[in-house]
Amino acid sequence: MSTTVSANPSDARTGLTLALPALMLFTGVVVIPLAMTVLLSFHDWGQYKGIEPVFILKNWIEIVSDPYYAEMFWRTFRVAVLATLITAVFGVPEAYILNRMQGPWKGLFLLIIIGPLLISVVARTLGWALLFGGNNGLVNKLLMTSGLIASPLRFMFTETGMVIALAHAMMPFMVLAVWTALQRLDPQVENAALSLGAGSFTVIRRIVLPQIMPGVLSGAIIVFSLSASAFATPAIIGGRRLKVAATLAYDEFLNTLNWPLGAAVAVLLLIALVLIVVGSNALIERRYQEMFR
Amino acid sequence: MSRNGPAALVFHTLFVVFMVAPIVVVCWVAFTPEGFLSIPTTNFSLRWFKALANYPEFVHAFAVSLWLGALSSCVALLFAVPAALALSRYQFRGRDALSALFLSPLMIPHVVLGIAFLRFFTSAGIGGTFLALVIAHVVVVFPFALRLTLAAATGMDRSVEMAAISLGADGWTMFRRVTLPAILPGIVSGWMLAFIQSFDDLTMTIFLATPGTETLPVRMFLYIQDNIDPLVTSVSASVIAITMTVLILLDRCYGLDRVLTAKGGDAGR
Amino acid sequence: MSLLELDRVGKSFGPNTAVEEFSLAVTKGEFISFLGPSGCGKTTTLQMIAGFLDPSHGTIRLEGKDLVAMPPAKRGLGIVFQSYALFPHMTAAENVAFGLEMRKVPRDERDERVRKALALVGLAGYEGRHPRRMSGGQQQRVALARALVIRPSVLLLDEPLSNLDARLREDMQIELRQIQRNLGTTTILVTHDQIEAMSLSDRIVVMSKGKIEQIGTPQQVYEQPASAFVAQFLGKTNEFAAEVERTAGLARLVAGSWSAPAPAGATGTVTISVRPERISFGSSGLAGRITSRIFQGNHWLFQCDTECGPAIVIRQNDGQPQPDQGETVHLIWQDSDMSLRASVAA
Repeated sequence: MSTTVSANPSDARTGLTLALPALMLFTGVVVIPLAMTVLLSFHDWGQYKGIEPVFILKNWIEIVSDPYYAEMFWRTFRVAVLATLITAVFGVPEAYILNRMQGPWKGLFLLIIIGPLLISVVARTLGWALLFGGNNGLVNKLLMTSGLIASPLRFMFTETGMVIALAHAMMPFMVLAVWTALQRLDPQVENAALSLGAGSFTVIRRIVLPQIMPGVLSGAIIVFSLSASAFATPAIIGGRRLKVAATLAYDEFLNTLNWPLGAAVAVLLLIALVLIVVGSNALIERRYQEMFR
Repeated sequence: MSRNGPAALVFHTLFVVFMVAPIVVVCWVAFTPEGFLSIPTTNFSLRWFKALANYPEFVHAFAVSLWLGALSSCVALLFAVPAALALSRYQFRGRDALSALFLSPLMIPHVVLGIAFLRFFTSAGIGGTFLALVIAHVVVVFPFALRLTLAAATGMDRSVEMAAISLGADGWTMFRRVTLPAILPGIVSGWMLAFIQSFDDLTMTIFLATPGTETLPVRMFLYIQDNIDPLVTSVSASVIAITMTVLILLDRCYGLDRVLTAKGGDAGR
Repeated sequence: MSLLELDRVGKSFGPNTAVEEFSLAVTKGEFISFLGPSGCGKTTTLQMIAGFLDPSHGTIRLEGKDLVAMPPAKRGLGIVFQSYALFPHMTAAENVAFGLEMRKVPRDERDERVRKALALVGLAGYEGRHPRRMSGGQQQRVALARALVIRPSVLLLDEPLSNLDARLREDMQIELRQIQRNLGTTTILVTHDQIEAMSLSDRIVVMSKGKIEQIGTPQQVYEQPASAFVAQFLGKTNEFAAEVERTAGLARLVAGSWSAPAPAGATGTVTISVRPERISFGSSGLAGRITSRIFQGNHWLFQCDTECGPAIVIRQNDGQPQPDQGETVHLIWQDSDMSLRASVAA
């Protein structure tokens, strides 16, 4: 019999006391500032008068009615969806290959593939800027000498470039999520399918993929939400004109100085992401309920 | 376990090239002897690394980042260790809500956090100060510090603590002599991961940094906005080198995949 | 006077009752086992004595003092945990010394007592070894030394041998008994292994579903089980339904073609319980047929189909010829080898 955690009131009090400092920190420095930001999005702002602490819907009406913002949000989500698809299409097979590797190679390549996660995103995006470089960037040179394209493609200041760089930045999350799901797989099950006469492609499609699907989907949710709120990559690759939600909010705050409007953009981004993430999590849990029980 | 076929290995090679290409190219360009962006083939030079000495704003930003990372990771752990013990040891109402709150900085986009902090610290009259940066970074790195500490605390055999108590130790002695040594690897890894997160953060910090308190990523980003030259590649190469060192340390002493997938509760050791 | 007294101790977790009305008096120097299947409440009871759980009701007294009000650190009990719970970052000697440090025992005396405690459990020379680099049996001994070195008023053992392999477990049982006898330490052992409980204890507390089924010496609980549960939990047993029949003022106990004088006071339908090794084959008695016969080295194991249902019989391999499979036999036993219970619909 395992030791049972006692549930008496004095224990509960000790628990709460231990968690109290962190709770106070979070209330003071997360909950209150977020509430202030939501409030800020309802304030008025003028070029000369600055922020006026009134309660109006001006910023929200502007965001909803002006097609400029609609296009910007649409771009944010389009880029995020494409980046998510790319990470899934390439990250899932790579995680599978990685999982089949032997001993030290496995560890080495895992380090190489998920290590970039912790390397400065500015440095990584700078790398893409160098690779893309104008017309004679390395990528274009490579594609042209290999005969894949006849004339150079534009990567810098385009959505294509943004999607590629974002997919690169987010790839480790996908590989990690799928890798974790693969670790839970019983390797004997694959062998069982092989012994029953299934080809290796059938094994992957019918046996492996269905089992790791929850991992793929939870990886996709992480990648999507991080891509949709990414700042550094869109700012460096997209430049000043190709705006996404995060870069727009930044501009409103630090260039235009229209804080209430910037706050409204940020709050909308937060709400949209929370709805999408919570919604798809609930869907996944319902769909794969029996697998988690 | 069966081996990967040739097609799989080709795919794997291309994948690895894709993953390392931007990192390699940055480090490579950093060694150019030219005054402009170019990929050196025959001549390699350290001139752009030496040139860093003439740009005090990078050196200063680097110092700010180091201090900020070290300080905020320590402070975050001061809050995270008791919180992890509370979440792993005690049953109380609102426990799940509390852990969701503590992990929320992972869910909230950093842009939103940056904006919220900017608004809050400006109203509180400490906008643009180093103190504001530290508080903000403590919150942002807290989930990482908490998760690894929590994983260690949950994975620990509780009867070891009971043994200490039964031998006459009081709560504090038990923590100091038994619990702390047992969860120390988790705390150290948590500190390192928190440090890296703080050291690399751009999105949230850019809202709070002012010329005196610019961190290295902020300085680099603002520099790139103006122009991209070999100088910023040598800065990036240095940052990459530092991060890689911490990364390999982390991998050696805890296992990188475990550090990055650690969730409180299921990451027993 | 008893050293440790539990009076109607109970523990419930929300609507679930883990332990009910547990009363027991332990005398000084006694070795008591709490025996039962997992979930029977034996560990919960031990934890209440240790102080890691507060009883929902009832009192626990040690040397007359109320133990419930005392924090676990002050109770002065030695505990050996199932997982041994050694401090992984401390050497064997440091582990053993921990309790003495807490008691502020001076350094010289501490070193001496640690050395003696390790020698007592046969680990002289292992002082500087870390638990990680010791075998399961050695870790077990360190845990025992650590619990004993503080000279506990009561030693609590929570399934201490369950992680050892069979051979080692037997050796440890003998050693544990010897150490306990030599030191005279009052000991409570929690176990689910009836052989372990019987070979170590002065008295056994058999528990099931949070309740005490029987308290008695190993012989008592084995030979006069108070309930069907006790009879079945402590080894194999045969149970037959019998009727008490009165003819001409003489009461006889009848089961099929077997009968015996009924003990005074028995009436109606009763359950007879007989251990398989106490049954022998005779010319008259409970009639049956051997359905299988298995040779097990020092004894034979027979399964029989009798008038009163299936039965098992164990016969010593004493070189005598034994009945074959399919043979018709009659089962007999001494009156003193059976125990009677009034049959309850159960």
